[in-house]
Amino acid sequence: MAVDLEKILRPVDNPVPPFPPKYMMLAGGEEMVIRQVTRDEIPDILQHVEPLIHVERDYYDVVAARLYSELLAYYRYRVQDEYVLVAQINGELVAVVNGRLLSKDVGMSYHTVALRRGLRVGAHAFATKMEYHIDIIGQKEVLVVAESPIGFRRWMIEYELEKRFHIAHELGGVPSWALTKELFNRARETLVVGRRPVPQHLLEKAQAAILPPTDPPKAPVDLLAATRSLYDSTGTALMSQRWKQEGKA
Amino acid sequence: MREVYVVGIGITSFTRLEYPLSEIAAFPAMVALKDAGLSKVDHVYVANMGSARLNHQTGLASAVVDTLSLTPAGAEVIENGPASGASAIKQGFMAVASGLHDTVLVTSAERLREVNNLEATDVVASLSHPLAEYIYGVTLPSLAAMFTRLYMQKYGVTERHLAMVAVKNHDNALLNFFAHLHEKITLEGILDSPEAMTNNPYVAEPLRFFDCCPVSDGGAAVILASAEVAKQLNKPMIRLAGVGQATDTHCVHERAEPTDLLAVRGAAAKAFQMAGVSPSDVNVAELHDAFTILEIVESEEVGFFKKGEGHLALERGETRLGGRLPINTSGGLKAKGHPVGATGVGQAHEIVLQLRGEADKRQVKDARIGFTCNFGGFGNNVVCLVFKREN
Repeated sequence: MAVDLEKILRPVDNPVPPFPPKYMMLAGGEEMVIRQVTRDEIPDILQHVEPLIHVERDYYDVVAARLYSELLAYYRYRVQDEYVLVAQINGELVAVVNGRLLSKDVGMSYHTVALRRGLRVGAHAFATKMEYHIDIIGQKEVLVVAESPIGFRRWMIEYELEKRFHIAHELGGVPSWALTKELFNRARETLVVGRRPVPQHLLEKAQAAILPPTDPPKAPVDLLAATRSLYDSTGTALMSQRWKQEGKA
Repeated sequence: MREVYVVGIGITSFTRLEYPLSEIAAFPAMVALKDAGLSKVDHVYVANMGSARLNHQTGLASAVVDTLSLTPAGAEVIENGPASGASAIKQGFMAVASGLHDTVLVTSAERLREVNNLEATDVVASLSHPLAEYIYGVTLPSLAAMFTRLYMQKYGVTERHLAMVAVKNHDNALLNFFAHLHEKITLEGILDSPEAMTNNPYVAEPLRFFDCCPVSDGGAAVILASAEVAKQLNKPMIRLAGVGQATDTHCVHERAEPTDLLAVRGAAAKAFQMAGVSPSDVNVAELHDAFTILEIVESEEVGFFKKGEGHLALERGETRLGGRLPINTSGGLKAKGHPVGATGVGQAHEIVLQLRGEADKRQVKDARIGFTCNFGGFGNNVVCLVFKREN
């Protein structure tokens, strides 16, 4: 008798309440919509995440590679109980956050990637993800790790996360930290923002298409403008060499 | 005294620079040497505030002069807190004006981001009085906040005025490739919207996040030369026409009127007197806006506006690009960034660009007289410079 192997391989997702979209104004005056995406929209996101895999700056490479695999696994039904939220400004993809349900009471935060730097785009998206776990799904806590110093400052320090070091997080098996409902309530007034319902014109624009980021994170163009001594420990020597090559020395 | 000209300028991005400190000082110096068309100078001054504590490096000038292959020129570090940059320019000015040297390189560097923000804030706070201020937890944001609160009560400055300074300077920084913050902000986004308190939280009330400068790494350089040398280099003749410095009590609370910045007033008056110009002659200025309130107050103390009326000039748009007296066209410390020991040289870099007519989209039309105010301590050691274009 033939076996439908796909049925065995494919996890059965548990139903969770959908995320009601919200919006917020950034410091720059732009309105950012955060909404849940369906599986059908994942390929549109993947194409904008993939270039970040090659950006060796602030751990974008590691985070983007892992996010890519998580999104692909979600698209291909190879991860249990995952969800994906996107942040958009006029349709432009500016952040992606995702996670999954570890159990009825505990959430597993996966990644927060800002495709536009600054103005708390990533921070707002992360806060919204936590709101989804705690307020919408009704979980008691969310397990979190940081893969970059920026993430550590934003999550562990700003939210004063509790240690759950006896639990290995799904990202790299490293010790987990936890955002509890109590911590979230404490942060609610200062870190969690957003308004509902989203005005129809903003929501329609966001749903119409996931547009590419206009200023995605990039590896430094000029090594002297930034960043890593890993690449070049003698910047002036490099510049001198370049000028010679350009005939400007 | 001989006349002194700026014949070369260079700068790094003000941002996070993961380079050795000596490289951060050497790079803008190379650019300045190239700009001037010089390969040697008589002397090198290196402005820096915190290398010993931040970067575990002393003797920075020796490292820089060797990195640049400028040996055997004399070289030394000038440290005067956040006014180190303009102090170093002042030393260079004296060296050329006195006839001791014909060419002087003044370069600068700070690498604050080698440590975390808390440590960087602590290092900067160490410029406060060790027994009367620092031990009680005083930091520069906390001093500035107390100052701001008093100023608001006395002169009617509001948080909206502070935010207007931030918005203006962020707009200017968008036009400056080398600025630290390329972020458009709006009054609605940082002050009026329901999300404003999260977008722009209080750091030290009434100062909010966007009222404070970023913690920056960076370097800048200028080359000073005698008139004889300058004339041979075929560059726009930008004369360092006025140099003024003044001090005030180390402790802010010992001042008769804490809202008066007497060192700013004194330093500016000396610089204008030496240059033979008045504040109303100035076409473009860089003021030390480590906190937004300081741009407003300094604009009064140096004589651009009457005491207590700087915020009204801001309201009228006089200090914007296109206004009567554009202030902080580079983005200022607020948005261009504040690598403390290098800031004063960075200010001079911007003014020379403006007077040369090379400031691109942020160019102030027909700028011929420029002014900088480099503010050390909390107003206890201030250096002001006046630059003139002569051809």
